[in-house]
Amino acid sequence: MSEMRRVTAICNGTVIDHIPAGQAPLMMRMLGVDSGRSNPISMVMNVPSNKQGRKDVMKIEDRELSQVELDRLAIVAPHASVSIIRNYGVAEKRQLILADEMVDIARCSFANCITKDPREPMPNRILVISSEPLEMRCAYCGRSQDLDSVIENLL
Amino acid sequence: MDDLITMQDLTNEQVISLLDEAERLLPVARGEAYEPLLQGKVLANLFYEPSTRTRMSFEAAMKRLGGSVMNLGALAGSSVSKGETLYDTMQMINGYADVAVLRHPRQGAAQYSADAVDIPIINAGDGAGHHPTQTLLDLFTIRSCHGRLDGLDVVLVGDLRYGRTVHSLSHALSRFGARLTFISPESLSMPAEIVSDLQDSGVEVTEDADLQAHIDDADVIYMTRIQKERFPDEDEYRKVAGIYRLQLSDLAGAKQAMIVMHPLPRVGEIESDIDSTEHAKYFEQAFYGVVSRMALLCSVLGVDVPEVFG
Repeated sequence: MSEMRRVTAICNGTVIDHIPAGQAPLMMRMLGVDSGRSNPISMVMNVPSNKQGRKDVMKIEDRELSQVELDRLAIVAPHASVSIIRNYGVAEKRQLILADEMVDIARCSFANCITKDPREPMPNRILVISSEPLEMRCAYCGRSQDLDSVIENLL
Repeated sequence: MDDLITMQDLTNEQVISLLDEAERLLPVARGEAYEPLLQGKVLANLFYEPSTRTRMSFEAAMKRLGGSVMNLGALAGSSVSKGETLYDTMQMINGYADVAVLRHPRQGAAQYSADAVDIPIINAGDGAGHHPTQTLLDLFTIRSCHGRLDGLDVVLVGDLRYGRTVHSLSHALSRFGARLTFISPESLSMPAEIVSDLQDSGVEVTEDADLQAHIDDADVIYMTRIQKERFPDEDEYRKVAGIYRLQLSDLAGAKQAMIVMHPLPRVGEIESDIDSTEHAKYFEQAFYGVVSRMALLCSVLGVDVPEVFG
């Protein structure tokens, strides 16, 4: 059975395909989706994929994710493909773009960084030094941030 | 250059240019010439942590060049004690001063401030992060004494783990082709990622716990204080406190031109019997903080230092 038939086609919304296996729940968290109140979301996990072996797929109904929202996901799923669905058809294809800098996505993990003072109003900025291998640093204190610590410190 | 947050903000050419300008400013720093290059300019000294040499040498630098200085003063009497954010303080300073020097206990505070305001920000120490103006004056001292920066054998001694000074200096010296020897107890050794960065950039690095074995080959011995305030446990501090004490008899086989440096304050790392020798350069080093910072202030304020004072 094709993985796309495991859940029904959506009329309008966003489909994110080729998510690394097991990462879809994390992507929901990164999107700040409130699972109790959001639009309908279908998620399939660990389905067979020719390209990746196994993959996750997410379908978000009646919501077109903006490029800014999609780019938040790029550190977890840089090779995911995105389709904007309108009236059961693919209206637009989008790519996730790993930006040079992630603004207000995660707080620096270093305990003594200036951004750890919650009263300081400047944005949290994580610089992406390289994408493969993924290397990130806080724009202020310069400390390296690994993917786990970014996820742990998501805003 | 707008701000100076880390030494990486400067190219080698910019470092050399600042050192050249600092050299030209020596008569002004000594009070032998008066050159009001910064007349009408105001420096804000914002020290959220104790400082003696850095704060005073910035003040001396500004005043020798005809500028004026505002000090944040004791934190107890300022808005900081009432809970003002660094961001708000910097917005206020942005309107009061032409340039600000910041020392803050939190790492990244200088970059954060530089992003928040228009005036140039000079990092005078951010937690265990960077202290680039100390590195500039260290480089100035080494070049003044040896006539060059390249190809020297530099031995760094003491607290290499927590000392922001030795981290910045090692990186800077590596860019000029120095050979580096790190002497410390194992618990205070240079962080592995720094050693690895240096080796990756082709620098010859030696690590040891025995200082005496490296004195005779050294061109520079850079002593540092074991920082009691960095130890979570006093017993751990006592195990390594006083482990390196350089005395005159240790220098019997040292090269004639070898210099002993220390960022100060010293608390027993260098015996006073060395003070009167030609090797001792730590007080000269503290004075060179004035010229280095004069050159830097001119640079960030866009003021050219004349080739000749007249």
